Amino acid sequence: MAQTRDNTKQAQVIDENLKRVYQDMLDQKVPDRFLDLLSQLKEQEQKPEQGGSSR
Amino acid sequence: MNADPRDEIVEHLPALRAFALSLTRNSALADDMVQDSLVKAWTKIHTFEPGTNMRAWLFTILRNTYYSNRRKAGREISDSEGVMTESLSEKPAHDGRLQLADFRRAFAKLNDEQREALILVGASGFSYEEAANMCGVAVGTIKSRTNRARARLAELMHLSENEALEMTDSATMAVVSGNKVSAAG
Repeated sequence: MAQTRDNTKQAQVIDENLKRVYQDMLDQKVPDRFLDLLSQLKEQEQKPEQGGSSR
Repeated sequence: MNADPRDEIVEHLPALRAFALSLTRNSALADDMVQDSLVKAWTKIHTFEPGTNMRAWLFTILRNTYYSNRRKAGREISDSEGVMTESLSEKPAHDGRLQLADFRRAFAKLNDEQREALILVGASGFSYEEAANMCGVAVGTIKSRTNRARARLAELMHLSENEALEMTDSATMAVVSGNKVSAAG
């Protein structure tokens, strides 16, 4: 059916634009706060719970 | 020594943030949600099944965070900041008939569920099954959400079937895909 084919083309056009918009967001630099957060989480875990400072 | 699956999280940060931006359409809110999701993912890593799709797992955490915030707020969060609609139109428009800025504006007008379905299936490349799993709904629901979302976008952009056909001419396709128009031969 022509109608179906048109709708498919339309969906293609929309998805192509969608991917461009999404790619623009993917290309944004990840804020440092997230990298900092991940390393903090990791650090906290590697440090066993201590009653007090060992120094 | 087993690798900590959490070391893989960092690779998904750009995608997680893009997903958050498309859901919230507000970069401050998106970043807060990414932050919350990272902490949750870190502490709930035991709920991640090794060998499964970590990106899907992270997206699921993020969307759950978003919808639980939305429930608390009692409404959809509006595109107050206009993050989706702020234009990248500094880029030359070529002769692309579908202006990206217009597309962003239209996309931001979809409801949360429709935006989500389109981003998961149309942009991120998840299958309908994966998207359905992540959203906790039936596959048919995801299909109908994406179809309705595309129809609504077409309507918002006054995109008739004929125009859609015109836009797939080779020049426009080249603009869309970022390739040069190749001369025959």
